Amino acid sequence: MALQSLDIARRSATTTDSPSVRQTTEVAKLIDVTTCIGCKACQAACMEWNDIRDEVGSNSGIYDNPRDLSAESWTVMRYSEVEEAGKLEWLIRKDGCMHCADPGCLKACPAPGAIVQYANGIVDFHEENCIGCGYCITGCPFNVPRISKKDNKAYKCTLCSDRVAVGQEPACIKACPTGALQFGSKQQMKDYAEERIVDLKERGFKDAGLYDPQGVGGTHVMYVLHHADRPQLYNNLPENPSISPMVALWKGVAKPLATLALAGIAFSSLFHYVIKGPNEVSKELEDELEEEDAS
Amino acid sequence: MTNHWVDIKNADVVLIMGGNAAEAHPCGFKWVVEAKKHNKAKLVVVDPRFTRSAALADYYAPIRTGTDIAFLGGVINYLLANDKIQHEYVKAYTDFSFLVNNEYAFDNGLFVGYNADKRSYDKSTWGYQMGKDGYVMTDPTLQDPRCVFHLMKTHYSRYTPEMVEKICGTPKDQFLKVCETLASTSTPDRTTTIMYALGWTQHSQGSQMIRAGAMVQLLLGNIGIAGGGMNALRGHSNIQGLTDLGLLSNLLPGYMTLPGEKETDYRTYIDKRASKPLRPNQLSYWQNYEKFHVSLMKAWYGDAATKENNWAFDYLPKLDKMHDVLQVFEDMYQGKMNGYVCQGFNPLASFPNKAKLGTALAKLKYLVVIDPLATETSEFWKNFGVYNDVDSTKIQTTVFRLPSGCFAEEDGSLVNSGRWLQWHWKGAEPPSEAKSDIEIIAGLFTTLRGMYKADGGAFPDPILNMTWPYRIPSAPSAEELAKEYSGKALTDLEDPKDKTKLVKKAGEQVDGFAQLRDDGTTSCGCWIFSGCWSQAGNLMARRDNADPFGNGQTLNWAWAWPANRRILYNRAAADPAGKPWNAKRKQVWWNGTAWTGSDIPDFKPDSNPADGMGPFIMNPEGVARFFALDKMVEGPFPEHYEPFETPIDTNPMNTNPKAISNPAARVFKGDMEVFGKSKDFPYAATSYRLTEHFHYWTKHCLINAVLQPEQFVEIGEELAAEKGIKAGDRIKVRSNRGQIIAVAVVTKRLRAMMADGKKIHHVGIPIHWGFKGMTKPGYIANTLTPFVGDANTQTPEFKSFLVNIEKA
Repeated sequence: MALQSLDIARRSATTTDSPSVRQTTEVAKLIDVTTCIGCKACQAACMEWNDIRDEVGSNSGIYDNPRDLSAESWTVMRYSEVEEAGKLEWLIRKDGCMHCADPGCLKACPAPGAIVQYANGIVDFHEENCIGCGYCITGCPFNVPRISKKDNKAYKCTLCSDRVAVGQEPACIKACPTGALQFGSKQQMKDYAEERIVDLKERGFKDAGLYDPQGVGGTHVMYVLHHADRPQLYNNLPENPSISPMVALWKGVAKPLATLALAGIAFSSLFHYVIKGPNEVSKELEDELEEEDAS
Repeated sequence: MTNHWVDIKNADVVLIMGGNAAEAHPCGFKWVVEAKKHNKAKLVVVDPRFTRSAALADYYAPIRTGTDIAFLGGVINYLLANDKIQHEYVKAYTDFSFLVNNEYAFDNGLFVGYNADKRSYDKSTWGYQMGKDGYVMTDPTLQDPRCVFHLMKTHYSRYTPEMVEKICGTPKDQFLKVCETLASTSTPDRTTTIMYALGWTQHSQGSQMIRAGAMVQLLLGNIGIAGGGMNALRGHSNIQGLTDLGLLSNLLPGYMTLPGEKETDYRTYIDKRASKPLRPNQLSYWQNYEKFHVSLMKAWYGDAATKENNWAFDYLPKLDKMHDVLQVFEDMYQGKMNGYVCQGFNPLASFPNKAKLGTALAKLKYLVVIDPLATETSEFWKNFGVYNDVDSTKIQTTVFRLPSGCFAEEDGSLVNSGRWLQWHWKGAEPPSEAKSDIEIIAGLFTTLRGMYKADGGAFPDPILNMTWPYRIPSAPSAEELAKEYSGKALTDLEDPKDKTKLVKKAGEQVDGFAQLRDDGTTSCGCWIFSGCWSQAGNLMARRDNADPFGNGQTLNWAWAWPANRRILYNRAAADPAGKPWNAKRKQVWWNGTAWTGSDIPDFKPDSNPADGMGPFIMNPEGVARFFALDKMVEGPFPEHYEPFETPIDTNPMNTNPKAISNPAARVFKGDMEVFGKSKDFPYAATSYRLTEHFHYWTKHCLINAVLQPEQFVEIGEELAAEKGIKAGDRIKVRSNRGQIIAVAVVTKRLRAMMADGKKIHHVGIPIHWGFKGMTKPGYIANTLTPFVGDANTQTPEFKSFLVNIEKA
């Protein structure tokens, strides 16, 4: 993997152009579900590298633990027992951010610079800019971001952008014992997937294929599936994910109105200041004002 | 492993049976994935449960727990009946043509010579017909009805596919599919590797299960071959090193054996072990036993081991019987033991029948626990509510806890499953007052030695005379110990072929065990490790993964015992004329004057194939044995016996009430009585490990606790529906020895099966939980398991027992 710059390609709620002179390779993580043993080494590596520790939970009658993604669990394994042609299959899918080429979270985010997409394709949350509104969750077709109860900010997989920036693969890739997780340029990953699909078809999985859904412009996390025709078998991986129409509505009509409203508040605050002098301003309002100034 | 982890990538078929490599050996399992990805290998999994390994299998077949010999016996029958064997291989490299003693017989579940009162055999007739020349008689035409081939064929003809289905519950068509897949590798150009682990060893007939697997591999011509072999996947990272260094009660380092209590004469002791060849021109490498033994005694006792005192033979304890862990706890239970030193071991959690173990520990005067963690064993005397409901006021045992460092806090070598000694360097200092295990043991030793010196004792000589040449006596370094087990010349060693030359100068490290001598001029702490630290330095620390032949043998990565050889019996990878069976898979071959190849030849380097030396040089026959002679306690051929707790109450292979379960397994008084019966405990239970945890250690680690926080048991959907149990409910699991309560995981991966006309449900019981650590507290799973072991090794029968379940 060549040294990756973290040039920002897109920013939430930002209209000015991002730097775009330098060329970067698009990266991708490939999750080969067909060679995954569900060992959770990726979960452990994610916790270690990112210094996050979820609670010691409980067992609810399945292998999945932690039970769901959270602000402290950016990836979880999801286990599905399905019967295909009378044959039992234990489908194990590593769930987490898909790093969409057209990221619904970023589009939905009202906080300037809270969500960025680097030129290499990684979609990253900059929590210092996050206002905790949760719009990213609405915007995500994969139900990935989670708001922390500790600081009320949104968190998700960063694809270890800090590691990738210095030429290392994400922590989960490094920890994967079977090579089910691979990392490289998006094209390399597609080529690798192609080899796997040929092998799977030879073994009787006639519908084996790559999951790189075009409804979100393709993703920078892709799956090799035995049953690419039915992604929902894999714990409801969406068949045709797309960004919620609500996000389009927000972007198209609602956002300018909201901006106008915020500007109104800012103006009246200024008016208040001029007339009444300094006032106790709540932290939240102060943040909002700063954000408004920034935009 | 006869082969090694990386070599699995060379396999055409991978059979995982008696193990669950994806679950318990995820890092090694990568080579199975590699074989699938780049060698078009087929993965076959046979297991009572649809496991994480089964999730990646091309073919999965279910089997009732504890019936693997019936299954493998069926495979042997299939291969012989359908002529799917590698003829030239078995004829030249096995005992197929050897004639067996006319009195040897097998009848209705028992071999000849059984004594029911002693639960053991008189094995004197389990031998060969010997010729006047002192060699075993053979019939190369295989016509003689007493040849091993015919006896084996007759023995296994009873294991029909129908019988396999009846005993194992494996549907006939699924069994045959597995047979066909394995049989596809009976040609010289294809191999099967068998990967097994505790799923075979932890049965009352575990050793024979492994033998049966090895017999399948011999018939297919897959032993000694890259991508083949019998591959034991070891559990702890250095458990291979433990057995290599002889830490079992009856062993000395390098698989030499302690003398028995009647073996008080040194020469008789040596001669019995230095077997003479049983066929012409055979090497019988154990003839060198004395060289290895004397070098060991020189390493231990230095100048105190002399020719005059038979190299301190009298210092060695003489064994009355095996003192395996079950025996030790039985003695403790009977109040025959005062103290117990428990190093890196948590028996209360990891041995069977917790109630018995707890009672036994409470009878000790003192218990020393050397461990990095506060283990259940070290706190057996404390009350932890339902999880350890003891009355502390009634327990008088004094417990000493000596905190040790862990593996990452010391330098040293670890021996992996593939027999590689890999050096590692400490990553941190042990915390607080913890010391390395070496320092703790050395401290105990030097203190005890001082006490013997001052006060004397019954027989102080072996302690006072032990060599202890370390720079810091209370803290020998890993380097010093490694050099000691690799071995050195004590005097200048002359070249026996040319007396004017020296092989080694006094004090130099030897190159390998071929340089060891029986005259006291060499010392070596473990002959099979000899050469790992030569004059060239620490070969275990090498990290060159160059693979010039592209077959994964990487001879310059670390160091493998013996002699840096990567695949054992690799002479068998070439045909009798010395040419590789498979031109595409070249391992070792005869180049006209010597053996050479991509691996270190496991053979006499200059033995011309025309001389007919066999590839199994450790056997005095020179060939591999289907007929085990008297080496196994329950018979020369593996025979199916039910687990001691059987859900079908009978053994469909015979009508003999004495031969339902292993007739030669040791059962202590009182334990037979607490075996459960199927009328009270109708479900076949099996215990196992999960990827998220390592034994009882990682529950002390937060990340692992997050990944698998709470104790559970697994049951099938049908049984759950019958009992009104839903996933997530708490259920009570009872055996005749105790009960546990855990969350129910209801799964499609455990299916009811029909065995002997009876519907059998399995209950899966992961271990790992206990009353110490970061996970939610849990019951010790071994509350349930029976106190009986494999008849040969005494490894407990953790994999097959009976339980009942109900909603808690």
